[in-house]
Amino acid sequence: MRWLQVVVAALGVVVGGFGAWLLLSRQDLDQLGNAAVWLAAGVILHDGVLAFATLLVAAFVLPLLPRAARAPAVVGLVVLGATTLLAVPVLGRFGARPDNDTLLDRNYVAGWLVLAAITLVAVVVASVLRSRAGGTRGPRPGGRRRPHRA
Amino acid sequence: MKVPEDTAFRSQLRSAAVTARVGTWLGICFTICFVTGLISHYAQNVSQPIPFPTSPSWGYRVTQGLHVITGTASVPLLLVKLWTVYPKLFARPSRDARKLVLEVLERGSIAVLVAGAIFQLASGLANSAQWYPWSFSFRTTHYAIAWITIGALLVHIAVKLPIIRGALTSDVEDTTYDRPTATEPGALSRRGLLRTTWVAAGVAVLATAGSTVPILRRVSVLGVRSGDGPAGIPINKSAAAAKVAPAATSSGYRLTVAYGDREVSMTRDELRAMEQTSERLPIACVEGWSASGTWTGVRVRTLLDLVDAPRGSEVHVVSLQQAGPYKRTVLQDGFADDDRTLLALELEGEPLALDHGYPARLIAPNRPGVLQTKWVTRLEVSA
Repeated sequence: MRWLQVVVAALGVVVGGFGAWLLLSRQDLDQLGNAAVWLAAGVILHDGVLAFATLLVAAFVLPLLPRAARAPAVVGLVVLGATTLLAVPVLGRFGARPDNDTLLDRNYVAGWLVLAAITLVAVVVASVLRSRAGGTRGPRPGGRRRPHRA
Repeated sequence: MKVPEDTAFRSQLRSAAVTARVGTWLGICFTICFVTGLISHYAQNVSQPIPFPTSPSWGYRVTQGLHVITGTASVPLLLVKLWTVYPKLFARPSRDARKLVLEVLERGSIAVLVAGAIFQLASGLANSAQWYPWSFSFRTTHYAIAWITIGALLVHIAVKLPIIRGALTSDVEDTTYDRPTATEPGALSRRGLLRTTWVAAGVAVLATAGSTVPILRRVSVLGVRSGDGPAGIPINKSAAAAKVAPAATSSGYRLTVAYGDREVSMTRDELRAMEQTSERLPIACVEGWSASGTWTGVRVRTLLDLVDAPRGSEVHVVSLQQAGPYKRTVLQDGFADDDRTLLALELEGEPLALDHGYPARLIAPNRPGVLQTKWVTRLEVSA
């Protein structure tokens, strides 16, 4: 495996080096500076803000939920959180233009609310189902039966 | 506040067993993004030593749609993958000088990879919504950083190869590659986290892909376009933005076809009096949206024959727009000679809307939308 690692790593260095040359040779210094800011900002926003916020939610919000609701809540947060993040450009309508009504032509806030509502309902339903399954696990003493109607 | 050490993170979900599985799909998505991105970049090059194929006519629609779809799916994949390895950010450096050098190199390559990956997804998503909050050139930078990111990814895969192989060939609950302190169960099982990630990627795609996959239009509540527009096709650049309305609607409009010193000029009515051809062809934009329409007009090849421009000639297409990089575009000979390449006058049986390029626009099979020049006033072949 060693030789394969060396070959792949060397290929990576060549490919990345080509990219670095492309980046540095085709724009002026101001543009490069701006690209560098964006490159760094992405890492800082993820590692410093988003990851930290995730830690806070895990430490302080999840424990407040009933035990049966925690897993569904995590699923809901991952699904809705990721989708919300990638929808920032459309939710903010930053690229909208008055002369072009075919661009960003949906009601994105309404769409997001529908998505959030579906997620919330799914989380609540899953939580209730889990809590019932948890409560009825194992044989029940007494054998309580439904009243029989004639 | 004290900066934690990696040992402070105890969830057993932050495991290489999870990372390798999510990473595999992320790697697949990035590879598709890279390859389709290269195709798109090449399709927009003026010089094409290997002619860009004109068939299938929907080829670019599929590759560029895939580019944006896999990029979108990569967002949840990348977030979960980074979450699983986040503790490594706080690992204390080694005290052995030789090990330290290797660590610095490896962490440097990962810093490049993470910065590049986030940059590509963020800039790509903003571009697909035509939001440009930066001063660098999007095309140049997105292209260059794609190479850098893929290079860093190859280095990363090379370094981690033994762990990737080990993790993928053993059960997801296997703890061989876990940090010693990562022993506490999370809210989900590992399988649960993986399924959640796949669902998140699926939801991300369903919520956006309707801009290019017609069947998903009603579902894609976060798609950049509903697909509506004049004659059922959206618009990228309006006539107002291109400042062409007076020239495009003027009775003085002429289409000129030139080959060397031979020139033929025609009014729109004279173009309409020529043999009309209809083709069903997609407009597929670099931003990832696409839509098919039935275009009617005169074959470009028929127009070139009026001035006896030989087959195999590159055609310069000049638009009425006053400025911008697409005022003058090059139609390579393969496209110029293809029977499906039209100077379209109508869309869906109606005269072209001004925003679709009235009085006449170019439409060719398998071409990026930015090169389907609108408001065409001149077709020029150098002698």
